[in-house]
Formats: sequence, C-alpha cells, structure tokens
Amino acid sequence: MSTRSLPTPGWNLEYIMWVFTRVSGAAMALLAFIGFAAALVMGARSQMDLGTLMRWTFFPNPNHVVNSNIPDITQGWSNAFWQTMEMLIVFFGTTHGFNGLRVVLEEYIHRPFWVTFWRLILGVLWLGTLVVAIFVILAS
Amino acid sequence: MSLLKGKVSFWTALGYKGGGPMWAWILHRISGLSMIIFVAIHVYAGFTTQQLTSGWGVWYNTLYENVWFQLYIVFCVIFHAVNGLRIVIQDTWPKLIPFEHEAIWLEWLVILPVYGLTAFVMVQHALR
Repeated sequence: MSTRSLPTPGWNLEYIMWVFTRVSGAAMALLAFIGFAAALVMGARSQMDLGTLMRWTFFPNPNHVVNSNIPDITQGWSNAFWQTMEMLIVFFGTTHGFNGLRVVLEEYIHRPFWVTFWRLILGVLWLGTLVVAIFVILAS
Repeated sequence: MSLLKGKVSFWTALGYKGGGPMWAWILHRISGLSMIIFVAIHVYAGFTTQQLTSGWGVWYNTLYENVWFQLYIVFCVIFHAVNGLRIVIQDTWPKLIPFEHEAIWLEWLVILPVYGLTAFVMVQHALR
C-alpha cells in the first residue's frame, strides 16, 4: 500500500499549478467571451449557425468558420489579433489540461520513480501540443 | 471491515453520501479528462490535415462533425467551466464553503438552461 506525501508550504510545482489552474480557467472564460462578443459584433448572427459560432468561441481560428457566409474572412476574422488570442488560449488551455491529467495520475501513482516518469511523458506531450498548435495558428 | 480498508465495490462507492458536491467532483473530472484527450488529439489532427494533405487527421476530425459527439463535448465545456467558476469563487471567498450545497444548486440552475438552449439549437439544425 502506497501513501501520498503531505503537501509542503512554499513555492513548488503543486502550489504554482494550483494557482495557475484557477487563473488560466478564468482567463479562458474571459478570452472565450471576447471571441464570442467580437463575432456577434462582426455580424455572426446572419453569417453562421450556432455550432460554427461555438467553434469560433472555443478557438478563434479562421478554419473554424469556413462553413459560414462571412463575406471576406480577411476582414476582421483572420489577423494578428486573433492569432495572439489563439496563442493565449492554447497556452492556458494546454497547460491547464495537462496539469489536470497530472493531478489525476498522481492520485494513483505515488512511487517517486513513476511520478517522475509520468511527469516527463506529460511534459513532452504538453510541449509537443503547444508547438503543434502554434504551428497551426501561424499557418492558418 | 472492508469498509475500514476502503475496499468496496465500485457501485457501493457510487452510493456514498457525498451528494451534490461528490457528483460535481466526478463530473468535473470526467469532463476535464474528456476535453484534454479529445482536444489534444484534435490539435494533432488539425496539424496533419493542414500540413500533410491526406492523413488520419481528416478521418479523426469527422468525429467532430458528428452531432452526438458535439452534444457531449459542449456539455463537458459548459459544465467544467461553470463548475470551475464555482470552485474559483469558493477558493477566493472561503467563507462561502459552508454553502457548497446551495452553490451547486445554483450552478445547475445556470448550466441546464445554457446547455439546454445550445443543445436545442444544435439538434434543430442537425435535423434540418
């Protein structure tokens, strides 16, 4: 039978990620709201269905609004502002999500060797997802 | 005796008296895991679709066009976000923690109409 180690006060991965999870969650909600509101201002009500709007809200990438009646996607929907927003969402979301995976795994894995092992795997997947997502954002 | 060791069957464990807070924790975990797994793979699928003309990415993303999958993932997003917001509020103002049961009633009062309306519009569109 393996036991959990007590959380230690002070600055460590657990504490930083605890704070980051809350901050990134709130930030993603705010970023999604900005995307949603901007889409409506740009005329989404008459240009796309709700599913397409939700796709844009979740991730404001021009590929997400291809099935819509947007007259000119380069006017307002495909520019550096949205690329920046996308990168923020990707950073917050990927880190928030992979940390969540880490928390779930560490509830079942306690031996130091395996904790480090899975943290490394998750770290590589986290970094890989970030790199791939940024590639897609810049090439869209 | 087995209860003291924590070794009970899965179904017995689900019957624990945790109530609303317990189910909120379970759903938060399930929705979170669903999102990170589906969306992380979707990122790689988008990459292969965009950069490699034909690949498994095109096949995988057809899953995203399925209305049943969309209904599931939209529930995950709305629930995880609203429940997460409740957790952030409780962490910021710990004096609200004794009112957790009421807070969870309130969050379902937000989640159900928002998701209900979204699902209604999505199904309506899919049936057209």
